[in-house]
Amino acid sequence: MPLSEMPNLVPALPELFLAVAIMVLLMLGVFLKSDTEDGAIRISRHVLNLSILSLVLAGLLVLTVSGERLSTFGNMFVTDQFAVFVKILILVGAALTLFISRQYLELHNMARFEYGILCVFACLGMLMMVSANDLISLYVGLEMQSLSLYVVAAFRRDEQRSTEAGLKYFVLGALASGMLLYGSSLIYGFSGTTNFTVLSEIFAHSGDHAPSLGVIIGIVFILAGLAFKVSAVPFHMWTPDVYEGAPTPVTAFFAVAPKIAGLALFLRVMTGPFGDLVDQWQQIIVFVSIASMVLGAFAAINQTNIKRLMAYSSIGHIGYALIGLAVGTESGVYGVMVYLGIYLFMNVGTFACILCMRRGDIMVEDISDLAGLSKSQPLLAMALTVFMFSMAGIPPLAGFFGKLYIFVAAIEAELYTLAIIGVLSSVVGAVYYLRIIRVVYFDDAGDQFDKPIPRSIAYVVTLCAALMLFFILYPAPLLNPAAAAAAALFGG
Amino acid sequence: MLSWPLLSLLIAIPMVGAGIIFMIRGDEDIVARNARWVALWTSGSVFLLSLFLWGEFDGTTADFQFVERYEWMTGLDIAYHVGVDGISVLFVILTTLLTPLCILASWNTIKDRVKEYMISFLILETMMIGMFSALDLVVFYVFFEAVLIPMFLIIGVWGGPRRVYAAYKLFLYTLLGSVLMLVAVIAMYHDAGTSDIPTLLTHTFPATMQPWLWLAFFASFAVKVPMWPVHTWLPDAHVEAPTAGSVILAGVLLKFGGYGFLRFSLPMFPLATVDFAPLIFALSIIAVVYTSLVALAQEDMKKLIAYSSVAHMGFVTVGTFTLTVQGIEGAIYQMLSHGVVSAALFLIVGVVYDRIHSREIAVYGGLVERMPVYALTFMLFMLASVGLPGTGGFVGEILVLLGIFQVNTWVAAFTALGVILGAAYMLYLYRRIIFGQLTKENLMQIADMSPREMAIFAPLAIITIWMGVYPSSFLDFMHVSVQNLIVQVEAAQAAANLLTVAVQ
Repeated sequence: MPLSEMPNLVPALPELFLAVAIMVLLMLGVFLKSDTEDGAIRISRHVLNLSILSLVLAGLLVLTVSGERLSTFGNMFVTDQFAVFVKILILVGAALTLFISRQYLELHNMARFEYGILCVFACLGMLMMVSANDLISLYVGLEMQSLSLYVVAAFRRDEQRSTEAGLKYFVLGALASGMLLYGSSLIYGFSGTTNFTVLSEIFAHSGDHAPSLGVIIGIVFILAGLAFKVSAVPFHMWTPDVYEGAPTPVTAFFAVAPKIAGLALFLRVMTGPFGDLVDQWQQIIVFVSIASMVLGAFAAINQTNIKRLMAYSSIGHIGYALIGLAVGTESGVYGVMVYLGIYLFMNVGTFACILCMRRGDIMVEDISDLAGLSKSQPLLAMALTVFMFSMAGIPPLAGFFGKLYIFVAAIEAELYTLAIIGVLSSVVGAVYYLRIIRVVYFDDAGDQFDKPIPRSIAYVVTLCAALMLFFILYPAPLLNPAAAAAAALFGG
Repeated sequence: MLSWPLLSLLIAIPMVGAGIIFMIRGDEDIVARNARWVALWTSGSVFLLSLFLWGEFDGTTADFQFVERYEWMTGLDIAYHVGVDGISVLFVILTTLLTPLCILASWNTIKDRVKEYMISFLILETMMIGMFSALDLVVFYVFFEAVLIPMFLIIGVWGGPRRVYAAYKLFLYTLLGSVLMLVAVIAMYHDAGTSDIPTLLTHTFPATMQPWLWLAFFASFAVKVPMWPVHTWLPDAHVEAPTAGSVILAGVLLKFGGYGFLRFSLPMFPLATVDFAPLIFALSIIAVVYTSLVALAQEDMKKLIAYSSVAHMGFVTVGTFTLTVQGIEGAIYQMLSHGVVSAALFLIVGVVYDRIHSREIAVYGGLVERMPVYALTFMLFMLASVGLPGTGGFVGEILVLLGIFQVNTWVAAFTALGVILGAAYMLYLYRRIIFGQLTKENLMQIADMSPREMAIFAPLAIITIWMGVYPSSFLDFMHVSVQNLIVQVEAAQAAANLLTVAVQ
């Protein structure tokens, strides 16, 4: 092949690096095979550490190729400030969740080297999704992510709940992928292209003509598929079961990286190719957003399992983030970016706390098991309280500012109903976040959790809690890149 | 004017103190003792520092003083902006005065988790000072809401038997009111393009928007004040809170609502204020009369004082919405004196509660025989609460009544009825606890107040009498600012009237 026909690889450098790293790690895992159990654990630990390292290196690569908009592979792959910001969030989230999972894996007979590799594989898919500029590359990225996630959800082979979660996720996820693919084919059939840039030009020049019915149906199918991936109501049913059934570190991973990637994809697809059809899809997003917020708030009240509760909480949070999309403006996207940045650390921190809920090497998951935590482990209790108040959106914690920016966008777009329903459901949501604080602080002490907390978890909890507490003092490091990301999505 | 950031120091020092307490490690007893002393020193030095406000404040101007402004949120025009004027300056000092007293009052009573308790109180102090001195709407909201976190924990962890219920109720009631205010805050930001309070004070909001904004703020402040019918969280919170929690709640937190009306509702939505004044009057009259009657029937000392607080805050809201100089000054004065007097009354209850561990009125009787100093202190604050001339309570009530008489005599008549009922329930309470025969077995050995307790009451007693005897030393602070406020409201109304005439 002549050199001039070689595609420009620079924009995709982080993805290429990850792909190579995955293959190297696989080789490493396979050829270093050990016969003893201890040896296997040691190898899996090395591979996990190397996986985290490759995520960090990929993050550095992302930062080096940042800057103006670049596209490659026949305009199917773009990178811009938006992609950079979201990719960094994804990689940070994935690295942190891998970092806190080692002890759990080793304790639960899950210490096989494939775990880290699968997570990196999923991350590669997510990075592709974020940079997708074509319905086909979108689908490839999405499937690469999903297939790895199905496997990871069922990673604890000897436990029924975990395999059940994996199967459920697979069946429903495949259905959603099918819908997405069908929607894409409709779009292609009625507009003749799958490329986002071309699509947006077509719809921009269609003038006052309403788009054809096929396009609208296609959009609706794509919306449904994407809503499933971010677990927005009414496509949320898998979330509580998968969250509960999957091993806790996997749940932590599910709660951050794929959600962020899914929402970023949502933003890019809706504001990019279909940006001029905002009248057609805004109503759907408004409904999905309201339904998610309300269901997330009310359904969580009666949960007793903390992972299930976090599932509903994440549904609610997605509802808030979707407000920013429903607005469909630059300030809306800005709000979503800020929200996701804060959501990431809030969730990682909370799941790190949940990973400490261990008695005699057995994980406990009931909220009532947290009773008296403030006496036995005051620092952990304080951190968990910070996360809960932050999730409830109480100032001065970071969670409040996430909501603030979203609501500012909603009011600017005069979506008052959406904003008012949003704030009211946040009051309902506060009820169950407060319940955790109540159990931690007000209830009498139960049995203690295992001590000491693994050092990696302690670091992550401290980091996340400090970020929640001190965001108010110095918010610029998150706000400025978020603003640049939002501008990139609309400037490009 | 000072060249150093006084207000920021006042806001930051309690936080630093909380950080130091957080760092204390070691044996539980040593941690507790150190935490107490650090908390006392921190809040004490904040109080001494806040006296600079008293000394350096210029009462001849309505401008904001001690102003500081730093850029904060990029992308939005939100800045860290603090300063005080004649309306807020005394509230800051009230806060810094009450916090060390609260820490002293919980010196021996709080034995469990002292470290966390002291951290909560210092954080609370930061938030309260920040709330009163915020000159940016978002900064104000942050401090206003953040108060809920330490308060929730103080009631929930160190409270009475039904503490969980009370803490939830406090949190959810106030949160529900506040989130609506948040929507209004964002809408104001959107309309004016800034959240800077001095700028917003000169901004005219569209007449169609004002009622909605007013109602959203009302939702939040009415819960905080609290006004009838959203007052029900207050008796629960008071009864279950530890003594110091009740003191801060009655002394400072209830003033958030009244302060909010004065800072936002009146000057920023003048048209809506005039339209809704009758609503406020009606609710306030109901509050004054109804809660006074409820107070008469109470069996629990703290609950009785809690209901009396609702009644007294009814005076405040009436005074505020008279839009007269006397009425507004009376409202502020009433808030200040109520801050001191009700705080003292809760401490009074705390004194006997620490000894007998009951708040039932029926448990007591004839305490004067064993506790003469206590009886005297109680009498002073009881009479101040009733509004006896010579105490701070009198000045506030008479000013409010003077103000309301100029506006509506019927409202004045009902409000005055509250004064009579107030005397009835307070004297009745005093009679049942202090007078009568000392017959009960467990009261025979009860000890009078300790020097520590007297040290807590001494400053409050001095201030109460000072406020009653020489009110102008306080009124001089606020006079110009209040007049400026009224001028603003009248100017806005005149402009609106002109507009309607022009349209016709």
